[in-house]
Amino acid sequence: MAVNLDGPAVELRESRLGTITGYDGDAAHLLSRRDIPNRERSFTQCGSCGADQVMNMLSQIQDAAVVEHGPAGCAGDIPMRNGVFRLGNKRMDYPVHNVKYINTNLNEQDTIFGGIAKLERAIREAYRRFQPKAIFVTTTCASAIIGDDVPSVCNELEEELGIPVIATACEGFRTNIWATGFDSASHSILRKIVKPPQRKQPDLINVISFEHRHVYDSVFAQLGLRPNHIVPLSSIDQLEHISEAAATVQYCETLGSYLAGGLEQHFGVPEVKAPAPFGIKATDELLREIGRMFHKEEEVEKVILSEKEKIAADLERLRSRLQGKRAFIGAGGPLAYSIMALIKDLGMELAGTCVWHHDQKYDNDDERINFLRFGVGEYGNFRVGVCNKQSFEVVNAIHKCQPDVAITRHVSTVWAAKLGVPSMFAGNHPTEMLYDGLIRFGQSIDDVISNPVYIKNIAKHSKLPYTDWWLKQATYSFLGGENNV
Amino acid sequence: MSQYLEQVRHGCALGSLQSVLAINRAAPVLHAGQGCAAKLGGAIGANNGFHGSGYLGGTQIPCTNIGEAEVVFGGEERLEDIITHSLNIIDADLFVVLTGCVPEIVGDDAGEIARRFQRAGKPVVYAETGGFNGTNYVGHEIVIDAIIDQYLKPAAQTTPGLVNIWSVVPFQDAFWVGNLKEIEKLVRELGLTPNIIFGAGREGVAALDKVPAAQFNLLISPWVGLKNVQHLEEKFGTPYLHYPALPIGPTETGNFLRAVGIFANVDTEIIDEVIYQHEKEYYAYIESALEAIYQTRIVPNRFITVADSFYSLGIARFLVNDMGLIPEIQFVTDGVLPEYQEAIRAEFRKFNEGIEAQVEFSNDGGWVQEEIRRIELKGRPLILGSSWEKVFAKQVNGFQLSVSMPVGDRLVLNSFYAGYDGGLKLLEDIYSEIISNSQNP
Repeated sequence: MAVNLDGPAVELRESRLGTITGYDGDAAHLLSRRDIPNRERSFTQCGSCGADQVMNMLSQIQDAAVVEHGPAGCAGDIPMRNGVFRLGNKRMDYPVHNVKYINTNLNEQDTIFGGIAKLERAIREAYRRFQPKAIFVTTTCASAIIGDDVPSVCNELEEELGIPVIATACEGFRTNIWATGFDSASHSILRKIVKPPQRKQPDLINVISFEHRHVYDSVFAQLGLRPNHIVPLSSIDQLEHISEAAATVQYCETLGSYLAGGLEQHFGVPEVKAPAPFGIKATDELLREIGRMFHKEEEVEKVILSEKEKIAADLERLRSRLQGKRAFIGAGGPLAYSIMALIKDLGMELAGTCVWHHDQKYDNDDERINFLRFGVGEYGNFRVGVCNKQSFEVVNAIHKCQPDVAITRHVSTVWAAKLGVPSMFAGNHPTEMLYDGLIRFGQSIDDVISNPVYIKNIAKHSKLPYTDWWLKQATYSFLGGENNV
Repeated sequence: MSQYLEQVRHGCALGSLQSVLAINRAAPVLHAGQGCAAKLGGAIGANNGFHGSGYLGGTQIPCTNIGEAEVVFGGEERLEDIITHSLNIIDADLFVVLTGCVPEIVGDDAGEIARRFQRAGKPVVYAETGGFNGTNYVGHEIVIDAIIDQYLKPAAQTTPGLVNIWSVVPFQDAFWVGNLKEIEKLVRELGLTPNIIFGAGREGVAALDKVPAAQFNLLISPWVGLKNVQHLEEKFGTPYLHYPALPIGPTETGNFLRAVGIFANVDTEIIDEVIYQHEKEYYAYIESALEAIYQTRIVPNRFITVADSFYSLGIARFLVNDMGLIPEIQFVTDGVLPEYQEAIRAEFRKFNEGIEAQVEFSNDGGWVQEEIRRIELKGRPLILGSSWEKVFAKQVNGFQLSVSMPVGDRLVLNSFYAGYDGGLKLLEDIYSEIISNSQNP
């Protein structure tokens, strides 16, 4: 089994999925093997750590508490997570409340004498303050290096408090892949929260997403499927029963590979084996696969037909406006490939890509969920750079390819703007999914390109922090190891 | 410092990377984990007035991105590589190496690496800012001290009238840009030449070069920065004036101008004229708002601050001494070091009309909110805190304004609370909150 639920530490993406953070070659080559060695850099900039993504999931559970065993700075993501959590609740008309989080505030004394006693007090205090249904206890670089035995404390307190107290090993230095954090969180949920199914619910489908709980709404309502959105904004009770769903669907294997894999391999909930629904062809595939799994083949065909009819006129209009425009894409593993399908469907060209990381396989080892394979098959081969979110490489790449628009996730949008390239965020809320999403996405690109004055003004008045020397170098010149094809 | 923290209101010592970013043409170089800057910049910058990455922040900061190999085998070589390449790739004039938790615990000698570059004439300094050393308020002091020790050179002569201004911690104070600008304006009106280091459009590293030539250092802060101005006095013989309260509104700003003017031997008539003109203007605005303030002020005549010592003290002085409000407990959340607490308590006893305020020092927001619930509140309380208080304020039927980190519900560009105009801005914000919730809810 690929998903191994023993012990508090998840097996890392590097070894589990052969994930790489450095590559400069083409997509077909990337698909030709599953053991392409990673290429390390001799210059690096800050990225994000796994612990950050652990909080992205665990701090967003309605009635669980998180105790992070580390210095105060490790809590730096929490104010933002709290904003996201409150907004998510507000949007769903749930009670708006703060995240249930305590940090052990490790200091110099603790690094010498150990911080276990402090951790124990913090866990008890979390129990008193929040009356949670479960407590996740997460590790940090500092707590791991000083050697605090977090699992033992958790086991003792679990017995005493009578709720799951779950050690979640996610110290930042263990993995170079920030997305491993999603796996660490999922590992803890699968290992200690999810229960074997009491009764299967044949119309229930798990949807792995972030805080937006309307993903797939438009089609699931028509098909009579009940979506069960996980993990953010879920309750512990809800998570205990996700094993009862008939299937799990997601839109990004970076986020959901491990959770979907664990649910399939340990709880018998199959993952929908189809590419994520970005672009017309992938959406067809995914809906048809759902049709087969839920025995709704005919209904699915009707949905496909009517949804396509709804967008036909808009798609034609957008294609005529966007035909031949060149887009640069910067995003995480499969999402970058998914966005490629969107721009191709809109009649645009791919000017370049920077992919944060690349997983050479997924936890459910089935090529039907491999969007890159699907994309290359349907849309042809293309050049891929794997950049580990390194801004100096992203800026260099955008500067070199001079696209009409840069479509990026996370922060790179800003650098494109400073280069005078119209730019937009993608995928934070994957509104570009399904058929109507393609139209929303195309309209956003058209709007961005149609009035570039803001971008042009920014470019005129700001300077990037890189030397001219660097902008003239080859984008991946700091990658070590052997050249890729 | 509390044992454990709910609702974080500051970063760790490594958060001082934001202070380096605030110096134009200076670049932080981190010997730390790959996620440290994202978390710290997110907390102190992005989710606090929505200050972005600016010239070199966020994911642009060079970093060793410590992994398992550096933990086991040490990361000194990696650090040397990163500094070498930073000098080629990053367009900056001063590189400040900051260490995180891991290299300090495993014993990397980052100082030796930095000194190698210094010996080769490269503009590199280093500071030990591992997160467990304390808050980013402390980290800010550590970084400034490192720059004083490793970068500043004695001046050939003192420049008369030149005043270095040290005050709010950049980014940690969401209103830092505007506050520093307003303080600069006020000091200039006294006929002095303010030298301000922090701010994107400022001289930055070039302003640092001028520091040793100043006539004196002006520290406007309850405690942060005191070590630095004392260090500058030891090293360059520059005297300093420590003014503990962030001046907000006419009473405190008048006191501030008098204190600075007298220290700098400014003619009393000039000081009085500056104050007179400002008060005249200030009260013209107040007069136009008298009805609004009278209509609403009867609702919250008591206030609570849950803020760092700059704002807790500064706002309390303004609301008590100028607005006639009554202080409930004032919660000070910046992890004030024990040696400064008594002096700060004493400042909270210096109000007009013999009023004193009770002070509690805690950076554990969960504890603070439990304490507020114990207060027998008279009417709807006015809570000047952070975006952590938004939900809480609704629960206790209070009015809330985010002024201290995290200011996660407001975009801040150049607005400020310091000085006369800052006091007016604070009134606008407070009474807009009250009016929008009581007159036209």
